[in-house]
Amino acid sequence: MAKVGYTRRSVLKTGAAAAATTLAAPMVWSQESKNIVLRQFGTGVSNLNEVATKVKEDLGITLEMTALDSDAVTQRAATQPDSFDIADIEYWICKKVWPTGNLQAMDVSKIANYDKIVGIFKDGKLTPESEIAQGTAPHTVGFVEGQGSTAFADEQTNWMTLIPTIYNADTLGIRPDLIGRPISNWSELLNPEFKGKASLLDISSIGIMDMAMVCESMGEITYGDKGNMTREEIDATFAIFTEAKRAGQFRAFWKTFDESVNLMASGEVVIQSMWSPAITAVKTRGIPCVYQPLEEGYRSWGGGIGLSKSLTGMELDAAYEYINWYLSGWVGGFLMRQGYYSAVPETSKEFMSENEWGYWFEGKEATGEITSPFGDVLAQAGEVRDGGSFYDRMGSVACWNAVMDENQYMVRKWNEFIAS
Amino acid sequence: MQILKNRHVAGWLQAAPLTLVLAAFLVLPIATIVTVSFWQATEFSIIPAFSLENYRFLFGSSVTGRVFLATFRYAFLTWALTLAIGFTVAYYLAFHVRSQSWQIALFLLCTIPFWTSNIIRMISWIPFLGRNGIANQMLISWGVVDEPVEWLLYSDFSVILAFVHLYTLFMVVPIFNTMMRIDRSLVEAAYDNGASGWQTLIHVILPLCKPGIMIGTIFVVTLVMGDFITVRFMSGSQRANVGRLISNDISLLQYPSAAATAVVLLCTVLLTIAILLRFVDIRKEL
Repeated sequence: MAKVGYTRRSVLKTGAAAAATTLAAPMVWSQESKNIVLRQFGTGVSNLNEVATKVKEDLGITLEMTALDSDAVTQRAATQPDSFDIADIEYWICKKVWPTGNLQAMDVSKIANYDKIVGIFKDGKLTPESEIAQGTAPHTVGFVEGQGSTAFADEQTNWMTLIPTIYNADTLGIRPDLIGRPISNWSELLNPEFKGKASLLDISSIGIMDMAMVCESMGEITYGDKGNMTREEIDATFAIFTEAKRAGQFRAFWKTFDESVNLMASGEVVIQSMWSPAITAVKTRGIPCVYQPLEEGYRSWGGGIGLSKSLTGMELDAAYEYINWYLSGWVGGFLMRQGYYSAVPETSKEFMSENEWGYWFEGKEATGEITSPFGDVLAQAGEVRDGGSFYDRMGSVACWNAVMDENQYMVRKWNEFIAS
Repeated sequence: MQILKNRHVAGWLQAAPLTLVLAAFLVLPIATIVTVSFWQATEFSIIPAFSLENYRFLFGSSVTGRVFLATFRYAFLTWALTLAIGFTVAYYLAFHVRSQSWQIALFLLCTIPFWTSNIIRMISWIPFLGRNGIANQMLISWGVVDEPVEWLLYSDFSVILAFVHLYTLFMVVPIFNTMMRIDRSLVEAAYDNGASGWQTLIHVILPLCKPGIMIGTIFVVTLVMGDFITVRFMSGSQRANVGRLISNDISLLQYPSAAATAVVLLCTVLLTIAILLRFVDIRKEL
């Protein structure tokens, strides 16, 4: 694997071109930065110890990571602003949390690789022709008018709420060996053929989107906007799923990553909502598992890092340096080799071998073994990534994880659904 | 210093530490919960204005009734099973095992599984009961069933199984304790008067064990009614009791609604215990 050596100098060099003024500052206190501690918390996906180790090595900043589930992350960001410096959250969580004023907007001019960030996070378009999917698309909550503003801006401004770090397109995971026929629609989740062998995730804001994809695919409901349903649409969606639940369609609901892996690997479930690394985890046990691309498209999500409003002075500068480092490629490569996408793919390319870049990003056949950063073999030569290239996958996003205006109503309905 | 000699003042002073601790850590939190239960919330803020909306929603939803019913069902079935098992185990230990050192040894043996964490003991059932789990493989290889039995896991069965496994000890200990204090001459007297073994059990031992049974019952019932994690894991999130309703609300930042549910649950449990205490005067019998 051809890894480009990463030095402090190289980030300064690349960074200097775009933002010479801001990056001059860190050099002055680079000695002191060794004592700086930043407390980051977020969902398990990107809260990786490897990142903390590497940032210590490259920048001298100590990163204390806490991994929590999405609900707990939201709760903490909304209620305990002093318990963290950096929040690694999803965009739909941002929509919930930003109005509390617990996060501070970031000055785009201090972000060296801002221009290279994928369009999805800026104007919402992957390519100039792309249509913007339904739901809480990242760019709709990505900017505010100014520091201190609690309302989102309609277009790109100089103030970003979250710096995008990681995102992916989710779909259903299946056990091809136990199903034995092609699956190409979301509606298959409620197909009576899989009675007692289906599962759905028990996180309301994500689960409701999977439900909507299924109901729309069944032709039962046509939504105005899946990401912002009306009460009638919510009721109709839950009616369909409650009926299926009572008929015994579901084996279980899962809330954590490992639960979804165990359900699939043990054969309790053959079709379910799933996250990409969970598929990988099942596969590394030698059990066939496919992240099935479906005709209706993907349900996508994106995460980013936000800064606590209590960050000031040297810590704030260190946080900016950390963000610039984050986007400079090493983390991107690390995440992309697990099947996620980096917000600045071109910088990540330098940290991936040609084979890895081809397999993960371009959707090409692997020319050799593909291994995860942790050394597990994920694919053999000749295999192709489920769903194909970056543009195939991110280009067919049907909706983004969302929080709706009727969120509170939906949450209560979700509670009823679980209890029904 | 004369004032300290006054017995009323001394009494109050002696009671003060406990009163303060209880006020700070029991009364105050409960008062807070009750207060919050009348508030409203959005995802990111709590609105401290008096409103009955949470209770209106709680009592207006058909789910509430179903969930409370399910909670009672879990509590009742777990209680009945733990009582049957707990009483039998305690009886064996107290009356069949003669030597006291054996009694202590066997009693400690009962507690060994409880040295591991609750969660581990619960989760280890999952691979055992699963579709391709050990239980199903055994049943199939013995020819008892042809197809894997589905209801073993992620069902009411697995939830109650886990509850019984987790909480039987809470029944064994107090019952064993009261049995050990039964005067053996009473049992002998019953035999001498011609009572059969069964009659002795029903008319002598059982009534004398009532305080132990009652303490065990209170333990088991309150533990089961307040539980949410066992129900979540063992039913694969498919079943709900009141605890899960509360934990769902909390995870979705609906604190006032969770508080309202908690208040209703608290009242229900207190009522249940009040009814239980009508049967036995624990203080007198201890």
